[in-house]
Amino acid sequence: MNLAEGVQVVSFGVLATMMIVAALGVVLLNSIVYSAFLLGGVFISISGLYILLNADFVAAAQILIYVGAVNVLILFAIMLVNKQEDYAPVANRWLRKLAAGLVCIGVFALLGTMVIATDWQIEPTNLTAAAGISSVVKIGQHLFSDFLLPFELASVLLLMAMVGAIVLARRDFLPADLSLTNQTTSLTLPEKSKELAALGGKTK
Amino acid sequence: MLQLQYFLLLGAALFCIGIYGLVTSRNAVRVLMSIELLLNAVNLNLMGFSNFLDSAEIKGQIFTIFVITVAAAEAAVGLAIILTIYRNRNTVDMEQFNLLKW
Repeated sequence: MNLAEGVQVVSFGVLATMMIVAALGVVLLNSIVYSAFLLGGVFISISGLYILLNADFVAAAQILIYVGAVNVLILFAIMLVNKQEDYAPVANRWLRKLAAGLVCIGVFALLGTMVIATDWQIEPTNLTAAAGISSVVKIGQHLFSDFLLPFELASVLLLMAMVGAIVLARRDFLPADLSLTNQTTSLTLPEKSKELAALGGKTK
Repeated sequence: MLQLQYFLLLGAALFCIGIYGLVTSRNAVRVLMSIELLLNAVNLNLMGFSNFLDSAEIKGQIFTIFVITVAAAEAAVGLAIILTIYRNRNTVDMEQFNLLKW
């Protein structure tokens, strides 16, 4: 084992430990804010693992999209629904947790046995790196030739998701709440509701 | 030397942690976080296969990019749904969202 392989194995160990511990923290911690920050840790560790797998572009995209967008979105959602509530106790909750844990360990054992028992046809060398081609060039060639249609469909999907999220999350005042809408506190946003505008048009 | 099996085992572990969180957590935002964990586990598998089994045509990385795109859209729509449910029911407890339960 030369120096480069040793560095690879050590960094893989560090990143894998970081990822598993942070993922367990995301699932098991009580405070949802700590969970959100640990989720960022999981994403950064996975980005490091991608670099170990010779994928520089996807590692950068992982940090940009997951840590920069999705994690910030989750933090905003936590701030918007941040209500300290004590959940009502549910009967036999420990039994559910135990059953879920057993099923998860069983699934992990099954997958692990399958991974170890299978004879993978591993290529001896990394052909893209050996040919001196950057993975960015390769990904660009794929995205604009044989994956062009999915690439364009992804943009349509993102547009649809944006419109859908706006439509779902917009405040709509029901006509029963009309008396409430006139009281503006310092916390309400100065926005005009659809139904009020429609009613105003009807009476005139 | 790094092996493909290490990455696959790591992905399997992350997937199982995500499944456990998805089933047992009561906060709706935490459920979304668990879904992100699941998608990342799948991405790790795809990247491992792309590096070790298909290093000439790295199509696994293309798949990972598409999965990241769909995950971003899913997170935005999911958080909008949680916000709407929170406005209607005034809670984020998953046990209280039982309108469609038999």
